[in-house]
Amino acid sequence: MNAITHHLPDEILAAYAGGSLDYAFELVVAAHVSLCDECRAALTAHEAAGGAVLEEVGATAVSPELRSRLFAELAGPEPEAAVPTWRRRGPYPAPVVEALEGAEPRWRSLGNGARQCMLEESARGSVRLLYIPPGQAMPEHGHRGLELTLVLQGAYRDASGRFGPGDVAVEDDDEGHQPIAEPGEVCICLAAADAPLHFRGIVPRLAQRFFRI
Amino acid sequence: MGSDAGQDERAGEAQPRALCEQTKQMLAVRDGRDRAAFGALFDHYAPRLKAMAIRGGATPALAEDIVQDVMLTIWRKAAQYDPARAPVSAWIFRIARNRQIDIARRSRRPEPEALDNAPEPASGDAGAGDILGLEQEAEALGRALLALTPEQRAVIERAYLGDLTHSEIHAETGLPLGTIKSRIRLGLDRLRHELKDLRS
Ligand SMILES: [Zn+2]
Repeated sequence: MNAITHHLPDEILAAYAGGSLDYAFELVVAAHVSLCDECRAALTAHEAAGGAVLEEVGATAVSPELRSRLFAELAGPEPEAAVPTWRRRGPYPAPVVEALEGAEPRWRSLGNGARQCMLEESARGSVRLLYIPPGQAMPEHGHRGLELTLVLQGAYRDASGRFGPGDVAVEDDDEGHQPIAEPGEVCICLAAADAPLHFRGIVPRLAQRFFRI
Repeated sequence: MGSDAGQDERAGEAQPRALCEQTKQMLAVRDGRDRAAFGALFDHYAPRLKAMAIRGGATPALAEDIVQDVMLTIWRKAAQYDPARAPVSAWIFRIARNRQIDIARRSRRPEPEALDNAPEPASGDAGAGDILGLEQEAEALGRALLALTPEQRAVIERAYLGDLTHSEIHAETGLPLGTIKSRIRLGLDRLRHELKDLRS
């Protein structure tokens, strides 16, 4: 098994701990930390800093009713867990299985054998699974803002190196970067962006309108 | 391994002092479903959690609903608390942050997979010395926070109370997180080894 060499930046982990990240990036953080003890330890360290802030932030008196309401609830029966506990399945860590609501990804073609499965899309950002056949280039695109790409299966290479399972790529510029999947397994990635991705070229531009990329 | 003598030796390596009240209370809630201990935790954390929720933008009434929800979650998830893996204030901070976001969005926030095993009992192989060591790191963080200038401290508070975006958070926060991170990492490595031994 290959060791993870590309990790989440510290400010992303701190922002996750503090709660200022949008859903799309939270999903990538939760998925990477599920696979990476180095970042799990770093995230817990940030939560320890959050705990220190909680201890020192001050105290606002709570109403006496709150205490009695709470203890009345403790006396009642504990409800069955309303949300199912998702488990890792194949290349998908539990948070991704949860985003898929336990179903298989519903892939849509991007052309040239590449596919995507949109998990969530809003004005604030988007997060999707990408499926790139071996030897195939990911459709070229630029973007404004931040993009995080986590490899779940297979591997790809781009100008900044090789990215294998568990590795996360951070792009925060508008440079066109063209990752190419390595021979062997199909490369599956989880990709989040805080602005729409702009695919370059005529066919991709059509695809952009058609597939809401 | 794991004999009483071995544990005594290990505990002896740490400075001879006791766990903090909140850690002991949380263990009593986890292992004994101790309501008096839970009441003491409520008295300590509820006003802090309310202040945190208000800083996060909640009205006082909503903040109390959040505090109730967070305290109930602490009671129900107590079995997952492991003082060898996270200080009690960090564990409660994480629950508070997650619940506050869940409530604001009306949907579950993506969270990392739980580690694939039950927490070890406090008297188990993790060793009192390891738990004490982690707690001392957490206390050192608290002291470091208090030692910052008011301006630096305000930035740290804003970052961990969700007021700063990732691009506003600078890698150099002024808090020494390296030592506590290494300690947590060592604990995870040992846990992975134990899981491997269990499975082989
Ligand atoms: Zn990592």
